[in-house]
Amino acid sequence: MQRSFFARNPSALVFISILAITVLLVTIFSDAFGVGPISTSFVKTLGKTLCLCLVALAMDLVWGYCGILSLGHFAFFGLGGYMIGMWLMYRRTHDIVVASMAESALPPTPQDITDAIANQIFGVVGSADFPLIWYFADSLFLQLALVVLVPGLLALVFGWLAFRSRVAGVYLSILTQAMTLALSLYLFQNDSGLRGNNGLSGLQNLPGLDQVPQSVVSVWFLWGSALALALGYLLAAWLVSGKFGSVMRGIRDNEARVRFLGYSVETFKLVVFTLTACIAGIAGALYYPQAGIVNPAEIAPIASVYLAVWVAIGGRGRLYGAVIGAAFVSLVSSWFTGGQAPDVPLGFYTIKWVDWWLIVLGLSFVLVTLFAPKGIGGLVDLWVHRKSPDRHGADLGPSAGALREQEASE
Amino acid sequence: MNFLRTTLAAPIALAAFSAPVWAADCPIKVGVLHSLSGTMAISETTLKDTVLMLVDKQNKAGGLLGCQIEPVVVDPASDWPLFAEKARELLSVQEVDVIFGGWTSVSRKSVLPVIEELNGLMFYPVQYEGEESSKNVFYTGAAPNQQAIPATDYFLDELGVEKFALLGTDYVYPRTTNNILESYLASKGVSENDIFVNYTPFGHSDWSKIVADVVALGADGKKVGVISTINGDANIGFYKELAAAGINADDIPVIAFSVGEEELSGLDTTNLVGHLAAWNYFMSSDTPENAEFVKDWHAFIGDEKRVTNDPMEATYIGFNMWANAVTAAESTEVDAVRAKMYGQEYPNLTGGTAVMNGNHHLSKPVLIGEIQEDGQFDIVSQTDVVAGDAWTDFLPASAVLKSDWMELGCGMYNTETETCVQIKSNY
Amino acid sequence: MKIRVLAALVLGLACGSVAAQTARTAPDGLEPVQTILQENRLLIEQGSRTTIGPVIDALANSGLPQAQAVLQAWQAKDMWQRKSDGLFFAGQKADGSYTLTDFDSGETVGRADKNALDQIKPNSGIRALIGAALVQFQLSDPDPALRADAVATMARRADASMLAPLRASIPGETDPALLAQKKRLEALLTMAFDPDDAARVAAIDAAGSDLGLDLRATLNPLVATRRAVSAGAVPEGLNIARQLTPGTDALPRAEAWAMLVQAGLAAPLKTPHDRNAALEQHIEKGKVGGVPLVQLNSEAKRDQAYANLAAAGLVTGYVPAEEQARTLESHSFYDEYLEPSAPVTEAAQAALTRIALKVGANQALDLGLDALSLASIYFLAAIGLAITFGVMGVINMAHGEFIMMGAYTGYVVQQVVPGHTLSIIVAIPAAFAVTFMAGVALERLIIRHLYQRPLESLLATFGVSIVLQQLAKNIFGTQARPLTAPAWLDGAWVVNDVVSISFIRIAIFVLALLFLALFLFIMKRTRLGLETRAVTQNPRMAASMGINPARVNMLTFGLGSGIAGIAGVAIGLFAKVTSEMGGGYIVQSFMTVVVGGVGNIWGTLAGAVMIGFTQKGIEWFNPSNTLAAQTYMIVFIIIFIQFKPRGIIALKGRAAGD
Repeated sequence: MQRSFFARNPSALVFISILAITVLLVTIFSDAFGVGPISTSFVKTLGKTLCLCLVALAMDLVWGYCGILSLGHFAFFGLGGYMIGMWLMYRRTHDIVVASMAESALPPTPQDITDAIANQIFGVVGSADFPLIWYFADSLFLQLALVVLVPGLLALVFGWLAFRSRVAGVYLSILTQAMTLALSLYLFQNDSGLRGNNGLSGLQNLPGLDQVPQSVVSVWFLWGSALALALGYLLAAWLVSGKFGSVMRGIRDNEARVRFLGYSVETFKLVVFTLTACIAGIAGALYYPQAGIVNPAEIAPIASVYLAVWVAIGGRGRLYGAVIGAAFVSLVSSWFTGGQAPDVPLGFYTIKWVDWWLIVLGLSFVLVTLFAPKGIGGLVDLWVHRKSPDRHGADLGPSAGALREQEASE
Repeated sequence: MNFLRTTLAAPIALAAFSAPVWAADCPIKVGVLHSLSGTMAISETTLKDTVLMLVDKQNKAGGLLGCQIEPVVVDPASDWPLFAEKARELLSVQEVDVIFGGWTSVSRKSVLPVIEELNGLMFYPVQYEGEESSKNVFYTGAAPNQQAIPATDYFLDELGVEKFALLGTDYVYPRTTNNILESYLASKGVSENDIFVNYTPFGHSDWSKIVADVVALGADGKKVGVISTINGDANIGFYKELAAAGINADDIPVIAFSVGEEELSGLDTTNLVGHLAAWNYFMSSDTPENAEFVKDWHAFIGDEKRVTNDPMEATYIGFNMWANAVTAAESTEVDAVRAKMYGQEYPNLTGGTAVMNGNHHLSKPVLIGEIQEDGQFDIVSQTDVVAGDAWTDFLPASAVLKSDWMELGCGMYNTETETCVQIKSNY
Repeated sequence: MKIRVLAALVLGLACGSVAAQTARTAPDGLEPVQTILQENRLLIEQGSRTTIGPVIDALANSGLPQAQAVLQAWQAKDMWQRKSDGLFFAGQKADGSYTLTDFDSGETVGRADKNALDQIKPNSGIRALIGAALVQFQLSDPDPALRADAVATMARRADASMLAPLRASIPGETDPALLAQKKRLEALLTMAFDPDDAARVAAIDAAGSDLGLDLRATLNPLVATRRAVSAGAVPEGLNIARQLTPGTDALPRAEAWAMLVQAGLAAPLKTPHDRNAALEQHIEKGKVGGVPLVQLNSEAKRDQAYANLAAAGLVTGYVPAEEQARTLESHSFYDEYLEPSAPVTEAAQAALTRIALKVGANQALDLGLDALSLASIYFLAAIGLAITFGVMGVINMAHGEFIMMGAYTGYVVQQVVPGHTLSIIVAIPAAFAVTFMAGVALERLIIRHLYQRPLESLLATFGVSIVLQQLAKNIFGTQARPLTAPAWLDGAWVVNDVVSISFIRIAIFVLALLFLALFLFIMKRTRLGLETRAVTQNPRMAASMGINPARVNMLTFGLGSGIAGIAGVAIGLFAKVTSEMGGGYIVQSFMTVVVGGVGNIWGTLAGAVMIGFTQKGIEWFNPSNTLAAQTYMIVFIIIFIQFKPRGIIALKGRAAGD
């Protein structure tokens, strides 16, 4: 008999409760709705962190569960941001242009309005025409659809090509990294039609909602991000707990065996790769209106590597691990670079965290990989007294490349 | 699970404590929003130190309004969204009275919405592409008409250049500047065929083909000149390739808008003697103010070899004007200070006096210098005072626009229809 | 010498009266040169090319024997003005102050402190003008250096007046190199300025298909055209290049109309902007020309309203399309050569066509050299990776940082060791040693624990790369550091005016070849190579044959890292040394190795060559956007890998692994 979903996934219930309580507390203490000790900028930071948690969750699915170390998921995240950014920017500029043209003697032609919007948006980057890719920018519904479709389609095409020719392992990682680099270089070009290096900015101002202060908007986005994360978590938990999840883990642990069992490994990989790209796109679409600006630097290959770092530090192969990793590293990073961390005087040298934080991050990353492959999530094991099977270092499988016991502990 | 809760709760508690419960008059807080890590740290760290030096000096002279000034330094890490986040933090959590910061255009565009929403005050100290005017930003660097246009005039009049190669890094400043220049050159009767444009990525290092392309331009028998808006360390490879190709400044002069003393310190300039740069300040400027500034800088940084550059002067002028405006307003309140900023005067380091205009830009002279063997510039031309122009006169769309916050209270005023297009800036 | 005296005499006769007059009216008994300088004091102080011409002419044509010395001092920025009385002197720096020499007498008049003087700093444009004025004096000067100056000045910018003195100077020229240059210049000046058309055509034909940039620079202005319009047929007697029809690509209608307007043959057309302004003026009771105001939000309606207004006679200057076409037809448009002589333009055109083909071929060759150079840089950056990744299968994301470490080592060595040549010779082994040690440390501490987990070695080494980059920032600062090549690597190997490549790139190419040989030698001919290959193929079997896999892995990794360090020195020499320089090469390097085929050095070579040539090829098609070339190059590689996942040269059999 099937047990209930939450019985099979005890972490989901706990996670969602914690998330709900956190969001509730933040709302109560926020500037907009409550007593106000939590500043708007911190609410925004939290909202953005939740989006990062969501993309980390996607990364965990594709890497932790399916064994594909994709160094391209932040590109999908950025694409999602670009798609929603186009609508935000178009609509906001449209409102400004229409308001300023209302005063002229002749009623403006539609072409006048489009030209003026184009001039406003692209004037700063030395152009005045709408590129073709802005064709749907006027429609919120279509752009929202593109948030999912564009990253999904890119992942589908790229994944189909790559998996079909059996590119796997580190080769796939390098290939995804190359894809990310190509995409960011493409967007860096002014000719790409997405404002080059400047990217899309002013995204925090929602069109038509000028009267709503940012303190309120930030809480709305916090709710939206939390909801997306909760749904994403449930979806991911549902996926990994069923038969689909077993096949995914099978692919991760020994692709050839799964193939010989008659499963279409390529299809499974493609589905996971594409699905997670869509999730990343949604996360990006929620993230960038809070950040205010999306530009090609966001998509740089290093961002995707950092994503893998978060998941690894949090503990891959467990959903809450990815969330913990993303939240922990990004919040701590934000604290250290904020200049609030006190300097450490050593007498002969003063450690300024602005200079040394990255070194600490890099080192902790090496140490986690070497000594604590379970990441922070491993602490949960200690707490629930879960033990790993002890095989005295013997391999779990016939191939030396198969997972060792410390990784197979869950 | 306990752990999870503490992880999430700790920063919340932290933020709760760090948020000030009451805002005092003292100390006066100055936010410093320059990248200290990442790609832009190379340029921006110097400006952070400059602000700290100026604050230090002001404090030693008794502070402002009887208060000490406290600098609040944050690191936006060359990450553009982080600029917006840190600006919000500075204004709403740290409650600073003014921000000195930014370098790249995109960092400024990222900060603009935040600073306009919260009515902050920012001083932006770098030469930029114009086409923008914000009520909350004072631009102490050069607008295109204070750097690009006089430099092009110098090329046309003094060097007799007839054919132009506009080489730039692919981002908004070179794109807009080159657009303006193309249109300006057309107005000077230079044909479209005599303008060669090339854009390269940030940090580009493979210059041989581009340099060969520039040399090949000389086949028309016209004098070729290069106007370079190449950014940052890509210049090093570019100048090395120029030197290797044996391009003499007398044959093909190169004038750069983004190469100053700081950038030259990264390379050997013996083969580059005679190539040019246009700025509002050179370290070689021979005035007592500059001598004192350089001395202060060396003392502050503890290194006699460190150079000074144009954005440092822009920071210096901006900071001192702000301090004087605060004194005049007897308050650090943004609107009061802004009202006192208009017409504020302060001596340039290159002689003469800079004046803050109603369009938030300075009036100051433009200098052109030739590179010397020691990595300094020999000033060969100094114009009269030029008033910075937010909207260029050489692009049709912006020729009709004008910025005047003092009289009209509008940064994007259409002089044709006589209406204010928008109060907030375009970003 | 004789000629010089003669020339001075002739000039002196021509300008003698002027000079004598100035000498007579000299104030305060000043000497003649000082007089000229004082008369033009303001212009000299102002120092603008646009106004300085008369001053230079006055000096050059003064006929005074000192004129040459004055102009030379001025050009060399050795002219100083005494603040106290405004007099000009030649100044020489000595012991912290300046020795002043009077221009007229040539005598030293004393010393002055820098504060008491203003240096006259002519800008490059003025220096060029002075140079041009000096040509007549210097062409036959006994000093070969001055003669070379004069020739260089003429090569830069010549005018018709220089032809005669140049011809006069050729018979007396003793220096063979200068003589050749003068002869070439003479031919070029003949083409451009000789009054006899036959001589010009002969000179042009004699030039053949020479590749010199100066030849093309002479010929192109000869075929320069001017676009003109005239009513009716084309006027007779003009040297016409081509006739144009309005409405073609060469001359769009709007442009043709603008030419008519400029020539005063037609009135400007109303722009949409004018039309809108006119419409706004004629708003009556919410209607314009009978069209309701609210409907005027389309171009068609606006045109209709405007036509209505024109029909009612309310607006003027409305030209219907048919009438525009008629007007254009009744005029002829043509490109006219600026050069009036048809034989000359024909000969020049023919010569240019001849040259163009050859230039094209040479440009392709030059591009090929560039591509080869880029390929060698990629190969150099990737060769270390070909060992650590290709042979050992270890993903080392810190590879770029090893390149950076090598470059910084070079910088540090250059600070300590004097002399650029010696310092580079020291820097190369030093860089190898430092990065070898770093590589060994990395292998011992981290990578050896992760041989079974390649994905995690990727992440761990990424952590190392962050640490190394930030450490470099903390130690060396964020500024780019200079790494200067020795003087013998300055300059370029110039085949002709089209094909050239800098010596430093040649050096990098040679270095890349050396490393290829070294790699092959180590892998095929040494015990380490044998052991490495054995350990990579089957570590257990190798171990049972008495090989110590741990030691072999350590040494191999160290070797790969050490080579990266040397690559760093080379890359630093031609580009920049910053803490982030490695990041720019890491993705490219991995792609080079993967595209070429992992585990085979020839594959890496093929990969580098393919990437280099692809990138340069794309740049060729789109010269104005280098960024696009890089983007499409990567896209091309991604697609390439999809179809050849094992790379260009794929390993076969057991060595291929899975």
